[in-house]
Amino acid sequence: MPDVRLPGTLTPLFPGLPRRVEIDAASVLAAIDELEQRWPGLRDRLVAEGPSLRHHIHVYVDGERAALDTPVAERSRLDVIAAISGG
Amino acid sequence: MSKTLLTVGTRKGAFILESDDRREWTLRGPYCEGWPVYHAIYDATTGSIYAAAASEWHGSSIWQSGDLGETWEQSSEGLSYGDDDGRKISKVSTLARAGDRLLVGVEAPGIFESRDNGQTWSLLSTLSGQHGSESWDDPANQPPGHLGISGFVTDAEDSDNFFAIVQGIGAFETEDGGSSWTPRNKGLRRDWPADYEDVGFCVHKLVRSSDPNRMYQQNHVGMHRSDDAGKSWTEITEGLPGDFGFAAAVHPHDTETFYVIPVDGGHGRTMHDGKATVWRTRDAGSSWTPMRTGLPQEDAHLGVLRQGMTIDKHDVPGVYFGTSTGQVFASEDEGETWSEIASYLPSISSVDVAIVE
Repeated sequence: MPDVRLPGTLTPLFPGLPRRVEIDAASVLAAIDELEQRWPGLRDRLVAEGPSLRHHIHVYVDGERAALDTPVAERSRLDVIAAISGG
Repeated sequence: MSKTLLTVGTRKGAFILESDDRREWTLRGPYCEGWPVYHAIYDATTGSIYAAAASEWHGSSIWQSGDLGETWEQSSEGLSYGDDDGRKISKVSTLARAGDRLLVGVEAPGIFESRDNGQTWSLLSTLSGQHGSESWDDPANQPPGHLGISGFVTDAEDSDNFFAIVQGIGAFETEDGGSSWTPRNKGLRRDWPADYEDVGFCVHKLVRSSDPNRMYQQNHVGMHRSDDAGKSWTEITEGLPGDFGFAAAVHPHDTETFYVIPVDGGHGRTMHDGKATVWRTRDAGSSWTPMRTGLPQEDAHLGVLRQGMTIDKHDVPGVYFGTSTGQVFASEDEGETWSEIASYLPSISSVDVAIVE
């Protein structure tokens, strides 16, 4: 199953959410929706109206910048990054 | 024994200051994971603290603590214009309790309500159809920093009656819980051209005294008073060092007493002449007195935002304000004397006060 890595800013918001979790999903959005099933409210922390990824949330699939509709393969690594912002 | 509780919203989370005697204060925080908090309030109905926060990374959410800040949870369920609307929520700006509903004002301008004490939210109104709404609904008119709905004034006796401020547009009143709205800007000054007679005013802060007919406001251009529940306004700026400011508070037991903090209206937006000063009127704006004892009077270039000043309901009320450079000042004697009760907080967006058991 795809290996999802989550930012450290996300885990304090949802009890039991690990930084690294395996999710059975075929796209970035499907992976986020699967996380939403386990940790209600998580989707809104990553996805804005549209739907689109929030402005400063970057997702990489196997090292390549991805969008919500980017396919995810069985052995993909999916990195969710809270991009540099603020100060 | 009761204690006085200040909830402080800052650019890096919420903080709590509490005191048994309003002299010695204890600071706790930061809370809300350091998210920028635009408004934090104590809700007497539930005994909970609510914080409207918007993370640059993770969007907007309402944080809630049912144990005075010891533990927190957050929810944004329903707090969205949806995927097809075109409008997006960039931040949650202000909170208020109106009867069995919690209200949150958001940007792009809209009001959401919660009827389950902050667990879930639904859209109450965007004030659509009001003069100017075609402009404020345009995503191109959502500059960074814009608050959208920037403040509420509720009526303790009638939960269906409340005011909402649309930033840069004006104040609107509903008497039916948000189904219909009436502009309440008659008599306000504006120094710029506008497309409509009844909107196009920059209302910064609106407060209601213990007499619901007596209201005050700090405007972009002047302080104003209303003696008819906001239906008309009279300017009361004369005697103040300037006509611009954000923060304002009304005495809880005396409708004639009102406090403002004028600041430079240009880019600086700090207190005049580097002297920290709260101005008080005891006669509904006919005259003003500077309150400076205990406040820094040299090189004190302090700013205070629209939710940054508040007043408690003790018999002799305490007045409090927080600055954009992280200080909280308190007066336990109606503004006569002041002390600095927090010095090194992040930039402060809001200060709210409650007396809790």
